[in-house]
Amino acid sequence: MKFLKFFLIVIILFTLSSVNAEENDKRNKITKNLRCLICQGQSVYDSDSEFANSLKIVVDKKLQEGLSEDQIYEYFKSKYGEWILYDPGLNKNTYILWLLPILIFLIGGAIIYKSFIVKK
Amino acid sequence: MKNKILSFSVIIIFGIIFFIFYKGLEDSKIYIPDVNTKKEIPVFNTKEFFSGENVKSSSIFELDKFYLLNIWSSWCVPCRQEHPFLMNLNLENKLNIIGMNYKDNLKNAENFLKELGNPYKEIFIDLDGTIAIEWGAYGVPESFLIYNNEIIKKYIGPINQELVDEINLLIK
Repeated sequence: MKFLKFFLIVIILFTLSSVNAEENDKRNKITKNLRCLICQGQSVYDSDSEFANSLKIVVDKKLQEGLSEDQIYEYFKSKYGEWILYDPGLNKNTYILWLLPILIFLIGGAIIYKSFIVKK
Repeated sequence: MKNKILSFSVIIIFGIIFFIFYKGLEDSKIYIPDVNTKKEIPVFNTKEFFSGENVKSSSIFELDKFYLLNIWSSWCVPCRQEHPFLMNLNLENKLNIIGMNYKDNLKNAENFLKELGNPYKEIFIDLDGTIAIEWGAYGVPESFLIYNNEIIKKYIGPINQELVDEINLLIK
């Protein structure tokens, strides 16, 4: 009986800590994708500036309110603009950014195809 | 012939790329959020600076009046530089200056106002910096010119004589 009780407590503790870890993972993922505007070039997750610390608090609040990751990004985008995100969405300002690597890859492939494969 | 064209085009392309990157080195990549935004002001609840009572944002900002919301801190050095200009703005009396005390020790903030004077009609507290984020601010000092619950203009950094003149033109 004693052993059972002990076992139960251990299991409950483990499940609780895993729930907490999941929340932390989400928070870290979000803050890693937000750019700190004070120390530009650092993410909010890495930074310890006043601004970054406040942002972390806001992210926590929003997570507790039950907002999804994308909703939180939308919220910050409306406040600070696209630039606060490290992972910008695909829109008319950023399509070159997204399509250029694919284009270069295709052009390179075409050159290789023409010069090596067709010649044979 | 073919080789000539090839080497020539390589040099040209290289030159263009070099030029683009060289130009790219010159302009600053420091990002500043949009300054000219006609945005509704956020709604928030906070505490009043002197009494510590709860206040709603709607009770601070009335319609048909010009407000300058100034985010300040006693630990911020540029805030000390801009303070005399805020005092000057207050002489005009057309503008209500509202202070947002950002992440500050209340004792230090009170001493700051005793030493340099109090230009603010009302002051409220932002203890953890979250209200400043609601406003889209990212540091101190920052100021917002507000009319009819809309942000007309946003000033990042300390207010100087030039900006005082500009604000006086805007509120005439």
